[in-house]
Amino acid sequence: MDLSIAAILLQDGITSGAIYALLALALVLVFSVTRVILIPQGEFVSYGALTLAALQTQKLPGTCWLLVVLGIACLLAESTRILRHAGSRRRAWRTLPVLAGRYVLLPVAILGVTQMLLHSGFQLPLALQVLLALLIVAPMGPMVYRLAFEPLAEASTLLLLIVSVGVHFALVGLGLLMFGAEGSRTTAFSDATLTLGGVSISGQSVWVVASSVVLIAALYVYFDRTLSGKALRATAVNRLGARLVGIGTAQAGRLAFLLAAALGAWCGMLVAPLTTIYYDSGFLMGLKGFVGAIIGGLGSYPIAAAGALLVGLLESYASFWASSYKEVIVFTLIIPVLLWRSLANPALDEGEA
Amino acid sequence: MPRRSETQESAQTGKPVSPLPDTLRHRNLFMKRQVPGIVFLAVILALLPILPQPLQIPEYWVTLLNYIGLYALVALGLVLLTGIGGMTSFGQAAFVGIGAYATGYLSTQYGLSPWLGLLAGVLLTALLALFLGAITMRLSGHFLPLGTIAWGLSLYFLFGNLDWLGKYDGINGIPVLNLLGWHLESGRSIYYLIWAFVLLAVVSVQNLLASRLGRAIRALKGGGLMAEAFGVDTGWLRVVIFVYAAVLAALSGFLYAHLQRSVNPTPFGLNHGIEYLFMAVVGGVSQVWGALLGAALLTLLQDWLQTLLPKLLGETGNFEIIVYGVLLVLLLQYARDGVWSYLARWWPARRPAALEPAAALPQRRKPQAGETVLQVERVRKTFGGLVAVNDVSFTVQAGEIIGLIGPNGAGKSTTFNLVSGVLRASGGEVRLCGERIERLNARAIAQRGMGRTFQHVRLLPGMTVLENVALGAHLRGRAGVWRSLLKLNRGEEAQLMAEAARQLERVGLGAHLHEEAGSLALGQQRILEIARALCADPLLLLLDEPAAGLRYLEKQQLATLLKQLQGEGMSVLLVEHDMDFVMNLTDRLVVMEFGTKIAEGLPETVRLDPAVLEAYLGGVDDEVVVEAGEAHVE
Repeated sequence: MDLSIAAILLQDGITSGAIYALLALALVLVFSVTRVILIPQGEFVSYGALTLAALQTQKLPGTCWLLVVLGIACLLAESTRILRHAGSRRRAWRTLPVLAGRYVLLPVAILGVTQMLLHSGFQLPLALQVLLALLIVAPMGPMVYRLAFEPLAEASTLLLLIVSVGVHFALVGLGLLMFGAEGSRTTAFSDATLTLGGVSISGQSVWVVASSVVLIAALYVYFDRTLSGKALRATAVNRLGARLVGIGTAQAGRLAFLLAAALGAWCGMLVAPLTTIYYDSGFLMGLKGFVGAIIGGLGSYPIAAAGALLVGLLESYASFWASSYKEVIVFTLIIPVLLWRSLANPALDEGEA
Repeated sequence: MPRRSETQESAQTGKPVSPLPDTLRHRNLFMKRQVPGIVFLAVILALLPILPQPLQIPEYWVTLLNYIGLYALVALGLVLLTGIGGMTSFGQAAFVGIGAYATGYLSTQYGLSPWLGLLAGVLLTALLALFLGAITMRLSGHFLPLGTIAWGLSLYFLFGNLDWLGKYDGINGIPVLNLLGWHLESGRSIYYLIWAFVLLAVVSVQNLLASRLGRAIRALKGGGLMAEAFGVDTGWLRVVIFVYAAVLAALSGFLYAHLQRSVNPTPFGLNHGIEYLFMAVVGGVSQVWGALLGAALLTLLQDWLQTLLPKLLGETGNFEIIVYGVLLVLLLQYARDGVWSYLARWWPARRPAALEPAAALPQRRKPQAGETVLQVERVRKTFGGLVAVNDVSFTVQAGEIIGLIGPNGAGKSTTFNLVSGVLRASGGEVRLCGERIERLNARAIAQRGMGRTFQHVRLLPGMTVLENVALGAHLRGRAGVWRSLLKLNRGEEAQLMAEAARQLERVGLGAHLHEEAGSLALGQQRILEIARALCADPLLLLLDEPAAGLRYLEKQQLATLLKQLQGEGMSVLLVEHDMDFVMNLTDRLVVMEFGTKIAEGLPETVRLDPAVLEAYLGGVDDEVVVEAGEAHVE
C-alpha cells in the first residue's frame, strides 16, 4: 500500500465514518429519549435513498402509499384511545379532525403532490427532490413510534428492543415490496472534484462530511442551548420527573423519532450516489452506526461520533487488506469494546427485566 | 393458630425441630403424584408416524414436525434465557450454525463419525458462549442482545467467506446419521431422534428450573440484588443459562445438518436468529411448553404464508417477515405472555408438589449468649466530599435486638448497606463473629452467616411462598448444574424444601406454603422475608425498616415474632423509623444523626438523652417529636 492508496482509503473511511456518525447520533438520541434501540434506523436510510431514486426515475415511490397507510393506522389507534375514555370522548369532535388532518390529510396531500409532479413530467431540481423525499420518509418516524412503541413506553429496554426488531422485520419486508430486489443509485449532489495535496476528493464526499459536521454541531446546540432540546434530555434522564414538570414524554418520543427518521433518510440520500442501495442495505449501515454508538455506551454524542468514525476507517482499510472479511472485522470490533466497557464499569447492574 | 404451640415448644427445648412439621405430613397424604404431560406428548409423538394407514401422518407432516422439533430446541434455550433469565439473544442462529458446520466439516473432510462432530460442535459452542457470556453478562440488559446481533452477523459472514467451509455454497454430502446400526436416512427415522432430543431438553430444563439453581435463575429477572444477598452468584448463573441455551442451539444445528445432509450460511443469518426469538415470544416466553408451541405455530404460519403471500402480492420474496414483524409488535403490545398462557388456562391447575420428609440440614455453630456477633468499628463512608457515615462504632451481642435509629438522612441505611456488603466502606472495620467482612461483597457476607430483609419487599411474586423462602437456603445446598439437569438432587431438594417449610411454620406462615408470594398482604410479605433470611441459618438477622407500611396489628405480630426469635437465641440488628416499635422491642438503641452516632444505650435512657431530643426536636419526624416531647414532660 503506497501513500496515495492510503489517502484514498482514508477519504473513503472518513466519508463512510461520517455517515455512520450521523446514524450513531440518531441512535443515541432515540435511545436516550425513549430507551428504544432503534434497529429500524437503517430502513429509513434505504427508504430515503430509494425514494429519491424513484423520484429521479419519474416513478411514484411506494413510500408515499406506505405513509398514507401508516397515517390511517395511527388515526385508528388514536381514535380508539380517545373514544374509550369518557373524558376525551367529550372533546372528540374537536380533537379528531385535528388528528385526521395530521395523520391522513397530510400524507394524502404528499401523495397527491408527488403524483402531480410526476404526471406533469417536470423534472424537479435536485434540492427539491431531496426535500420531497425527506417529506415522504421523515413523518414515518413519529408514526412508527406512535404505532409500535408509544403503547409500550413504560416497558423494559429489553422488550422495546424486541419490538424494535419486529419493526425492522416489517419495514424491511415492506421495503422489498415497495422497491423490489434491485438496487438503485442516484445522481450526485455535486460533480466537482477537489484536489488536495495530490489526492482528488469527490464533491459528494465533501457534502457528506460537511453536512455531518453541520448536523452534529446543530444537534449539540439544540440539546445544550435550547429549551426543547433540554426537555428531550430531561425525558431521557427521568420520564416521570419530566412529566411532572409538564414535558410531554410522548411528544418527546415522537420528536426523537422524527429527527432519527429525517437523519436516516438524509444519510441514505448522501450515500446513494456513492454506492448502490438495495432495500436492505440500510440495515448493515445502521448496525455499523450502532457499533459506533456502543463504543460511546449509547450515552455520549461525541464518543459515539468518534466511534463511528473509527468504524468507517476500520472498514475502509479492512476492505483493502481482507475485503471479504470486512464485515466480520467490523462486527467483531464490538467484542473488545464490550469487554472494555465491562471492565470499565464493573458494578453489577440490577438488570431491569 | 394451632401451630403456635409447636414452635414455642421448640423454642423452649432449644433442640432442632423435626424437619417437617406433623401438620404438613398429614397434608401430604392427600397429594398424589401426577402423570406429567410430557409422557402423553411422548406417546402421541411416537405413534404419529407409525399409526395404521388412514391415521398415519403423511411425509409432508413428518417433515414439518422435524423442523418444528429443530426450532423448538433453539426456542427452548431462548425461553430459559429470555423469559426466565431476563436476557435476550438474537444470535442463536449462529450457534445453530456452529453445531451444523462442526459436524458437516468433520464428517466430510476427515470422515469422522458424526457423533464426534456433535461433541466438537457442542464443545466449540459452549466455549464461544462462555467467552461471549463472560464479557457481556456483567453489562446491563441491552448490551448482550446488541452484542448477539453483532456476532450473529459476524459468524454469518465468516461462514460465507471461509474457503474451507465452502464459502456461500456451504458443505454438501454430509453422511447419514448412524445410531447403533440404524441408518437414519428417511425423515421418518430421524424424526424419532429429533423429538427424543427435544423431549430430553424439555425435561432437563424443567429439572433445572425446579432445582435450587432454578429458583436462583428465576430470581435473575428482577430479583438480582436480593439473590446476591442470599449468596447467589448471579453473574455466573447468567453465563450458565446462556451457555446452556447456546448448546441447545448447537444440538439443533447438528440434527439439521444430518437431516438436510448439507449446510450453507443462509439459515444461520440474523433473520433466523430473530425468528427463533419470535417463536419463543409467540408461544410464551416464560413457559417451557411455549417454546414447542411457538415453534409449531410459526412453522405452520410460515408454511401457509409462503404459499399465500406470493399469490396475494403477485411476486415471490421473503414477504412473510412483514407479517412476522407486525405480529411480533402486536403480540408484545397485547399478549405479552404468548399463546401458551391462554391454553394453560384450560389445563387443570397443577397441584403443588408433595413435601417429602427429609433429614434436617446441618446448622452452623451459633455464638453463645454474651459473645459478640457483630462489631462495627469506626466505620466510615464518603461519597465524594460528603461524609455519609462518620466513624460509627457499635456492637451486637448474641441474643440481642439492637435498633439503629435516627431522623431522615442520618445515614442509617448507608450504615446498613456497609454492614451487609451492598456498599464498600471507605474506612473502619466490620467484624462478624470476629472475622473481618468490610471488604467482602454481599454474597460472601451471606456465606458467613448474615441474613437480611429489604426495606422495599423483594419477593418473586410469581413463585410460591415456599419457593421464595427456599431461595434463602441457597448456600445450604450443594447440587450444581449437572445434578440439577439430571435430577440427581432429590434428597437435597427435599431437605431444602423441608427447611423452608419449617421456617415458614416458625414465623407463622405455615398455612400459605403453596400460595403465590405476590398474593400475600404486605405484613405477611415482610414476615416471609424474615423466614427467607432465617432459612439461610444466619448468625445475625439484619432487618431494614421491617415495620414500614405495616398496620398496627401487623406491627404487633412482627414484634411478637422478633421477640420469639430472640428467645430462640437469634441476634437482630434493625434499622427503623417507628419509635413505638423499637422502644418496646429492642435491648439497646444506636442513634445516628448527620452520619454520626450521637447516642447509644437502653431505649429508656436514649429517649431522655439531650442530644437525641435535640436531633429529633429539630428534626423532621413529627411522630418522634411528639414522642420526645412526652418523654421530656415525664
